Amino acid sequence: MTTATASAVDSAAKTLPRGRPDRPATGVGRPGFAWAAPAAVFFGLFALVPLVLVLVLSFTRWNGLGSPQFAGLDNWRGLLDDPVLVKSLWLSLLLTVLGVVVQTPLSILLGVWAAGRQRNRAVLSAVYFVPLLLSITAVSVLWRAVLDPNFGVPSQAEWLFGDGNLFGTQTGALGVLVLVSTWQFTPLHTLIYQGAARSIPEVLYQAAQIDGAGRVRQFFHITLPQLRNTIVTSGILMVVGGLTTFDTILILTQGGPGTDTTNSAYYMYQKAFKSFDFGAASAIALLLVLVATLVSLVMVRLTGYDRMRSTMEGV
Amino acid sequence: MRKRPNYLAGFGSLIWLFVVGLPLYVMLVATFQTRAEYARNGPLAFPDHFTLDNYVNDLNDGFGQYFLNTVVVTVCVVGIVLLLVPPLAYAIVRSDGKATGRVFRLFLLGLAIPSQAVIVPMFYLINEAGLYDNLLGVILPTAAFAMPVCALILTGVMRDITPELYEAMTVDGASPRRIFLRLVLPLSKSGLSTIVVFSSLQAWNGFLFPLVLTQSSENKVITMGLYDFQTEHGVDIPGLLAAVVLSMLPILLVYLFARRALVQGLMGVGGK
Repeated sequence: MTTATASAVDSAAKTLPRGRPDRPATGVGRPGFAWAAPAAVFFGLFALVPLVLVLVLSFTRWNGLGSPQFAGLDNWRGLLDDPVLVKSLWLSLLLTVLGVVVQTPLSILLGVWAAGRQRNRAVLSAVYFVPLLLSITAVSVLWRAVLDPNFGVPSQAEWLFGDGNLFGTQTGALGVLVLVSTWQFTPLHTLIYQGAARSIPEVLYQAAQIDGAGRVRQFFHITLPQLRNTIVTSGILMVVGGLTTFDTILILTQGGPGTDTTNSAYYMYQKAFKSFDFGAASAIALLLVLVATLVSLVMVRLTGYDRMRSTMEGV
Repeated sequence: MRKRPNYLAGFGSLIWLFVVGLPLYVMLVATFQTRAEYARNGPLAFPDHFTLDNYVNDLNDGFGQYFLNTVVVTVCVVGIVLLLVPPLAYAIVRSDGKATGRVFRLFLLGLAIPSQAVIVPMFYLINEAGLYDNLLGVILPTAAFAMPVCALILTGVMRDITPELYEAMTVDGASPRRIFLRLVLPLSKSGLSTIVVFSSLQAWNGFLFPLVLTQSSENKVITMGLYDFQTEHGVDIPGLLAAVVLSMLPILLVYLFARRALVQGLMGVGGK
């Protein structure tokens, strides 16, 4: 699972530039760099070196055997002319936008509701949580079985599903992908909103009640504005998760029908481990990181999130 | 504050319960009936005769081995994380050198790297290191990618230890090692259990690294077993769903006994 860039940056801001008022006159008793070194070396070797290597490999031709050959800009040029790549980028964005649009309102409503301290809500929240425990693999396999055209639920409800083969059309297949990721990840975002909603000061609601504001007005004038930062954090998580959707597609649609659900992450996998064109795959991977970073940065800028640290609540 | 019950929201939450519950219900009832019965009665019917054959068959079909491999991977990943992350977090919170600050920034950068972005170079590196189709080749990258979030969670917890406690021990002439063992670790217990839960969840559910870095059946983990089962005999839905249940059983048990740590672990995913 990839994670919260924005909140990470926020936490970093809390940790690092504090001025360290507790610094003693001498450095006695403080851990040195040696304490961080093993983790840094390990992490560098298995996460940062590959990240640099992916840039290098994107300029090479490599089929997985032998050693990579320098190929200049060939991979990049090839990608510009590749209609499947362009389509896959659009599909990545489409899946991401659909995911955000469906999951955000749902998880805000569920999260705010679950933030109440009644007992039944705690019990229901515990049940809602279960999809998060399943691996993406297990979730995809489960839904594939549930939606199986011959033995699954669609065969029982023809009035709703028609001939029942949801995987046969682009609309159906995309719908399934959005449904499955909503099913699995809404609980996570509900949890995030639940934490944030709990930390909204109760006095705000008391004041609103004295002014005679109803429940709906309270929601739109207090709850939503107070959740603003959380919406950005959760949104960025959804965007990065959405752009990198992979396991679900591999198991549910294999990118089909045709290339109708081949998003960039899946296309990258195909290029590398089906066509053994590792150079082109590296270029796609890099493109994916760039797009994800760019979208996150734009979101942070547009929403003014980076200027709003002081009102950061809860999550 | 007085509150009227909110019927609309209550109703909505029940609908969501249905959405969450239906697939889980289908999964459970399917696993307790034979293939023929499932095909005849459909996915929503309750089984006439309970049978555990699906589970037994799966276990005989290699899932026992996959299960064991997953346990090995998970234990090793948690071990590496527990060995490396607490000293790192301690250094980040307490060291006054600039270098540790930079290291922390690199780990934060790591939060944003999706594992797909590095899978090709990882394949290259693991091959070069001679670790292809070896559980160690899965363990190392999985541990590395679990580290940023764990570091973030643990620095959050260690930052909350009051400076006076550190000062008191320093004045007594305690070495950093002694402070770490006697003060920091005992006071970070909640954070430690959170990172254990989080990293084991990640290792247990990992898919991409095993998919790309292992091949032979003696090195398969349980998510790979599920994936293969689905591609090879996907029509045996009760058998397949029994495998899904097997794959989540340990986590479900942890959930029942350590719900709080698990919830905190996942809230950590969203950034504390």
